[in-house]
Amino acid sequence: MDRPTPPPSTLATKPTKVYFFGTCLVDLFFPDAGMAGMELLQAQGLEVVFPQGQSCCGQPAYNSGYRDDALTVARAQLDLFPGDLPIVVPSGSCAGMMKKHWPHLFHGEPDEAKAVQVSSRVWELTQFLVQVLNVQLTDKGEPVRITWHASCHAQREMGVVEEPKALLRQLANVELVELKREKECCGFGGTFAVRHPDISAAMVGDKLADIEQTGAKRVVSGDCGCLMNINGALEAGRKPVQGQHIAQFLKERIHG
Amino acid sequence: MSDARAAILGTLRRTRDAHPLTPPPSDFAPLAEKQWPPEERLPRIRRLMEAVHTEFLEATEADWPTVVTDFLTREGAATLLYAPETIDGAVLANAGPGGSLHLIPYDRPIDDFKQQMFEGIDAGLTGTLGAIADTGSLILWPSAQEPRLLSLVPHIHVALLRADALYDSFWQAMRDGRWADGMPTNALLISGPSKTADIEQTLAYGVHGPKRLVVVIVR
Amino acid sequence: MADHAAQAVNFAAASKAALQDSELRGNFRRAMDGLMTKRAVQFADGQEWHRMRALAASVRLRALSKLPELLEQLETNLTRNGIQVHWAATTAEANAITLEIMRKANATLAVKGKSMVTEEMHLNAFLEDHGIEVLESDLGEYIVQLDGTMPSHIIMPAIHLNTKQIAHLFKQKIKDAASTGEDAAALTDLARRILRQKFMNAGVGMSGVNAAVAETGTLCLIENEGNGRMCTTVPPVHIAFMGLEKVVEKLEDVPPIISLLPRSATGQPITTYVNMISSPRKEGEKDGPREIHVVILDNGRSSVYADPELRDTLRCIRCGACMNHCPVYTKVGGHAYQAPYPGPIGKILVPQMEGLAKRGEMPHACTMCNACVEICPVKIPIVEIMGRLRVEAVRPGTAVKDAGAQASRTEALVWKGWAAMNSSPLAYRLATTALSTVGNAAPASLPLLKDWTNVRSKPRFAAKTLHDLARKKGIPDV
Repeated sequence: MDRPTPPPSTLATKPTKVYFFGTCLVDLFFPDAGMAGMELLQAQGLEVVFPQGQSCCGQPAYNSGYRDDALTVARAQLDLFPGDLPIVVPSGSCAGMMKKHWPHLFHGEPDEAKAVQVSSRVWELTQFLVQVLNVQLTDKGEPVRITWHASCHAQREMGVVEEPKALLRQLANVELVELKREKECCGFGGTFAVRHPDISAAMVGDKLADIEQTGAKRVVSGDCGCLMNINGALEAGRKPVQGQHIAQFLKERIHG
Repeated sequence: MSDARAAILGTLRRTRDAHPLTPPPSDFAPLAEKQWPPEERLPRIRRLMEAVHTEFLEATEADWPTVVTDFLTREGAATLLYAPETIDGAVLANAGPGGSLHLIPYDRPIDDFKQQMFEGIDAGLTGTLGAIADTGSLILWPSAQEPRLLSLVPHIHVALLRADALYDSFWQAMRDGRWADGMPTNALLISGPSKTADIEQTLAYGVHGPKRLVVVIVR
Repeated sequence: MADHAAQAVNFAAASKAALQDSELRGNFRRAMDGLMTKRAVQFADGQEWHRMRALAASVRLRALSKLPELLEQLETNLTRNGIQVHWAATTAEANAITLEIMRKANATLAVKGKSMVTEEMHLNAFLEDHGIEVLESDLGEYIVQLDGTMPSHIIMPAIHLNTKQIAHLFKQKIKDAASTGEDAAALTDLARRILRQKFMNAGVGMSGVNAAVAETGTLCLIENEGNGRMCTTVPPVHIAFMGLEKVVEKLEDVPPIISLLPRSATGQPITTYVNMISSPRKEGEKDGPREIHVVILDNGRSSVYADPELRDTLRCIRCGACMNHCPVYTKVGGHAYQAPYPGPIGKILVPQMEGLAKRGEMPHACTMCNACVEICPVKIPIVEIMGRLRVEAVRPGTAVKDAGAQASRTEALVWKGWAAMNSSPLAYRLATTALSTVGNAAPASLPLLKDWTNVRSKPRFAAKTLHDLARKKGIPDV
C-alpha cells in the first residue's frame, strides 16, 4: 500500500526547548553546519539539547537491504529523545528516514509505539525555522549571487520545497538564481555513488553544469550527502563555486 | 493450456485470500466535474482538435453534401468512399457527386476490394455519435452500415458532427449513453489525424491512418 | 524466457558504454526534458492531478483486489462476445499458442502494433525461427526492428536515436529511401507507404491491450498512429496479448486510465485513437477480423501478486512517465538495462519476473530520489518496492525468485560492524574520534574511495566532530 509523505509534525504552542539530531555525515564531515543549525535555533531563544549518545538514523543499511542492522542502529536512538520535544534535523534525508521510514522499519517490533512517537516529532531544520519559529532574518553580508540545490528527500519525503528558499529570499543582499532542473537528483544516493560511480559521476556532471549556468558563486543546500557529492565534484573540477549547508550560510549572513 | 488457467487462477485466489486487499472507494467526482457551459463546448472542441491539425467546415443539414463535395474537389480528391446504407449516405448519394469527385459506396465486405481501398480511395465520409469537450474527441460507433475502415484507410477522413451532440467528457458520454449495457463490435474516440512523434519527438501527421481529419459541423 | 542458470546481466558495463556516447546522452537529455515539461503542463492544476491519480489508483487497486474473479468474468464475457481466450503461464506457452493460431490461419506474415508483452516473449524472434515474418508497425518499433535492436523506452521505442541516425538507417535498409533526406515527415511518409502494403497483406494482426474490461468483455487500445487500428481491423485474424494484471472491473474504470496515461506519458490530453474492441466481425459487418484471440500471460505476475507489498507493482498502466523523470534512465538510456522494461518500473518488475540472480543489480541502479513516485499516475510506491527487493536480494526467502542470490558474507559483516559502531555510544565515539584524527590519511586508491574520487575530491573528515564541538560549547546533553 502507499506510504504517503507524512503530514508535517504539528505543535500546539511554540516550544522553548528542542532536541537536535546532528546526523552522522554532519558529525564527521560538516560539524560546522551542525553547530550553525543549533546556533540558529538558540538565536530564536530556544534551548537546544544535543544528546551525546546519538549516531545515525540507520538509512545507509536500510537502503542497502540490511534492515536488521538499520533497526539496531535506529533503535539505539530512541531513548535519547524522551518526552514531547520536537527533534530538529539539519538534513531532509535523515529526517525523512526517521519520519517516513522508521514507522515501517519498526512495524511489528516491540518498540514500534515508541519509534512512532519519536518519528512524529521530527522536523527538518528549515521547515522548523519557517513553519514553527517564523524566523525573520536580517542580512548583514555583502551582495552575493547564490543558487539552491534541493535534496530529493527533503522535497519528496519531507515535503520541504519552499521553506529554505523563503529563508534565502529574506536576505536583502542575496540574489537567489534557481537551477533549471532544481528537482533533479545530484547523483549521490548514498551507496549508489560508489556502487554505480559512472552514472553518479554523469549525474553530478549535469548538476554542475546547471549550477554553473546560474553564474552563482555559491550553491546552498540542506543536505550534507548532496553537498559532499557536489562539493567534491566542484573541487575536483576546479570550479570557482562552493557548496555550503544552508544553516552555515544563514548564520554567516546574519552575523555579517 | 487449461492447466495454465487453473494454475494461474488458483495462485491468484489463494494468495489474495491470504492477503486480501481493501481498495479505497473510487470517487469519480473529478471526472463528473469536468463540465463546460453548452456554448463553450464546441469552441473548446475546435481549439483542442485544431491544435492537432484537425480541419473544420461549417454546414447545415441542407447544404452539407455540397460543402463536403466542394471541399474535396477543391483539395483535389478524386474519390470519396461513403456508407450508402446510412441516412447521411443516402442524402449524399441523392445530392449527387460534385465536380470531378467520384462517390464510391462501401457496400461489400472489405475482402472483395482491399486493394482498391488501400490504393484507390482519397477520402472517406462517416457520421459521429457526437464529440467530447474535455479532450476534443469525436465518438464513432462503426456498424454494419458504416464500416470501421471508412475512418481509417482513406487519406482524408471527413466526419459529420451534429452541433447539438456534444458531451463534456468521455465518462459522461459513456454514462449517458449506457455504453456498458451493450458495447458495439468497435467503439472509437478520434481526436485528430493520425500522427507520430517517434522520430526525435518531431510531430508528423499521417503516419498510418488518415493524413487529414476534416470535421463538418452540421447545424 | 525462463532461464534457470541465470547469468547476471551486467548493467554497470552497459551503462558505462552508454555514458560515453555523447550523442546518445544528448538524445535522451533533450527528449526527457521535453517530456517532463509537457507533462507538467497537463497537470498544472494540482488539485485535479491529486484527485485523478487517487481515482486511477483506486481503479487499479479495486481490480487487483478482485483479480481472479475479474479474470474469470473477462473470460466469460470475451467468450460470449465471440473472442477466444488463451492462458499462458510462461512466455514459452504464449509463443506456442501464438504459433498454433498462426498455423491454423495459414498466415506467414503478421503485422504488430505496440505490445510490451510480446517483447517479454521475444515473440518476433520465436516466430521468425518458425518461418513467420512479424513486422512491427508502430513507427518507433519499426525503426528499432530495422536496426536490429530493442525498444529503449516503452512508449517511445526509438527515442535513443535522432533524425539523422534514423535517416541513415533508412538509407541503409530501405531501397527507395534516398529521397527522404533528414526530414521526419518524409521518413514517416516512406514508412507509411511500406507498411500499408503489409497491413493489406498480413494474415494476422497483433496488438497489446491497455485495459481489458471484465464487465463488457472489451479490449481497450490507445495509440496515435493508426497502426493499432490497422492491425486490429484489416487482417482476418487479430491476436491481442495482455499481462494478467491489465483487467479492470467496469467500463467506467477506463476513462480515468485513458485520461492519465497519455497526459503522463507524452503530455498530450488524449491519444489520437481510443480503440475499444468487443467482438470479431459480426454477421453482416463488412470489415474487422473474423477471429480475435486474447492471450493472457502470467510470466511471473502471479508471484508478484502473492506478496502484499510487491503486489503494487501490478498497478502499473505502462505510461513510461517514470522513465521520463528518472535521472538514471536519462543518463544511461533504455538499452543499458537490457530488459523489456527499463527505468524505474523495470527496476522493480524485471527482477521479480526474471529473478534476483540475473537481475540483482537492477534495484540498486537507483538513487532513491523518488522522482518517479512523485509523478506515477497510479501511485506505485516504486522506491519502497525497490528497497524491499534490495532486502530480498541479500536474504534467502521465497517471496522473489532467487532471493538471497546477492548475499555476500563480506558485505553482511561490514554492515554488522557498522551497526555495532552506530548502536553503542562508546564505540561510536571511539570510531568517530579515530576517523577525525587519522581518517584523512586513507589513500584515495582504496576500493570504494577510488570510485568516489574518480570525479570528486576525497571527502575530508573534520578535525572535531559535532559531538566534540557541542560538548565544548556546553550544549546540554539532556
